[in-house]
Amino acid sequence: MSEDAKKQIIEFLEGKKGKTKFYFNDFTKIFPDMKAREVKKLLTELVKEQKIEYWSSGSTTMYGLAGAGKQHATEEGE
Amino acid sequence: MAKHQTPLLDQLETGPWPSFVSDIKQEADRRAANPDGIEYQIPVDCPEDLLGVLELSYKEKETHWKHGGIVGVFGYGGGVIGRYCDQPEKFPGVAHFHTMRVNQPSGKYYTTKFLRDLCDIWDMRGSGLTNMHGSTGDIVFLGTTTPQLEEIFFELTHNMNTDLGGSGSNLRTPADCLGQSRCEFACYDTQAVCHALTNEYQDELHRPAFPYKFKFKFDGCPNGCVASIARSDFSVIGTWKDDIRIDQEAVKAYVGGEFKPNAGAHSGRDWGKFDIVAEVVDRCPTNCMSYDGSKLSIDNKECTRCMHCINVMPRALKVGKETGATILCGAKAPILDGAQMASMLVPFVPVEDPYDEIKEVIENIWDWWMEEGKNRERLGETMKRLGFQKLLEVTNTPAMPQHVKEPRNNPYIFFKEDEVPGGWSRDINEFRKRHLR
Repeated sequence: MSEDAKKQIIEFLEGKKGKTKFYFNDFTKIFPDMKAREVKKLLTELVKEQKIEYWSSGSTTMYGLAGAGKQHATEEGE
Repeated sequence: MAKHQTPLLDQLETGPWPSFVSDIKQEADRRAANPDGIEYQIPVDCPEDLLGVLELSYKEKETHWKHGGIVGVFGYGGGVIGRYCDQPEKFPGVAHFHTMRVNQPSGKYYTTKFLRDLCDIWDMRGSGLTNMHGSTGDIVFLGTTTPQLEEIFFELTHNMNTDLGGSGSNLRTPADCLGQSRCEFACYDTQAVCHALTNEYQDELHRPAFPYKFKFKFDGCPNGCVASIARSDFSVIGTWKDDIRIDQEAVKAYVGGEFKPNAGAHSGRDWGKFDIVAEVVDRCPTNCMSYDGSKLSIDNKECTRCMHCINVMPRALKVGKETGATILCGAKAPILDGAQMASMLVPFVPVEDPYDEIKEVIENIWDWWMEEGKNRERLGETMKRLGFQKLLEVTNTPAMPQHVKEPRNNPYIFFKEDEVPGGWSRDINEFRKRHLR
């Protein structure tokens, strides 16, 4: 179950074109029946597996596929 | 000679106050001289380039910083704020200039060894420039390069028994006042609860999954030395249930001039003889005090815990014996919707290890806010958007008169259909039998 769900997350991220960073609640929408804390556990596992990574502006944190899109600096206006 | 000419910054040093420009110049000189033979791991002249880029920004009235990036400590979603200069060729020393936040000890109690160790790490692996402390309370390390992040993290966690602080959409580093360690007003052990909840919620502190930042702060009494009521999403303020304890003999000693009011804090000027009626009784915001010339009385049920009388006469008045805390929610600084003070949610909660009553409220709030909060929306804004009544519901808090600021002014408590006999629908014909048109 958990492996399937993780696969769904990666597919979601790979399927998005033109956008590389996502808010936490973009992932909770994929699993409407799952509690937010369960979704968080999946994302944490994916971070540990180095498949996704955190991107932080300092005030807000987003998630993205490891190595995808901007690695540093602001997304806007770049 | 300085690497960059900084005439605009130099002006800042001419004022009467201590200047951060002088501090940075001092650090630049010390790094250049390197009297301790430190093996610098990032450019030696980064403080000089920092001054250079700031001077350029003052001149052009534009920033040359780009902030944000991949958090450079593996598994951590906060504690590091990436910062890059957009003029790296002119200012190579600050091409990468990341901030690291370090969890400060509860009550900000340090040993000199701890402070020296922090400085040793930062002299070698960072710019040497710190901010003690940031607004949230963290130790802030200003400026290092990406390869140093893991090294610094290793040393902090393995050699100093501390950890990174919070940033991003995380629980931010919890902060507290000195509490019972030094203060007789403290109604609970702020340091114990701050430490316990910091450990309890490590996952929330380091692995972000909130809509936005979330801050805890713990004030031991309503004097609010960490200003939790204004600066934290979840504010815990010490209070008491029973009566303010009065020592009438000590009251007389204040009146007679034997004891100095406010423990002598205002003794730099001659304010005349202490006048208990003008300076204490008439200052009470709820008029719940009286003084008949020999005895001070307090109508305790009217007391709003403003602390004024206790602050003025600490030897005569003491907080009650049945102590605990009030929980308030939703304060924030003016980013989206203006500044907001916290709203009282739970009037009294016991504060005893393992703090289950407090944890229950916190976790109910998080479950709701994680579900309903919009991206970049603070708890206070979610409360405003969905209503205080909803917060009462999700925290299983019954509505009570203390939730209402003024009668008939903020009627946010509404009946629901299932609370009203018969619900919203009724037989109009039956009604008309009893009430003519």
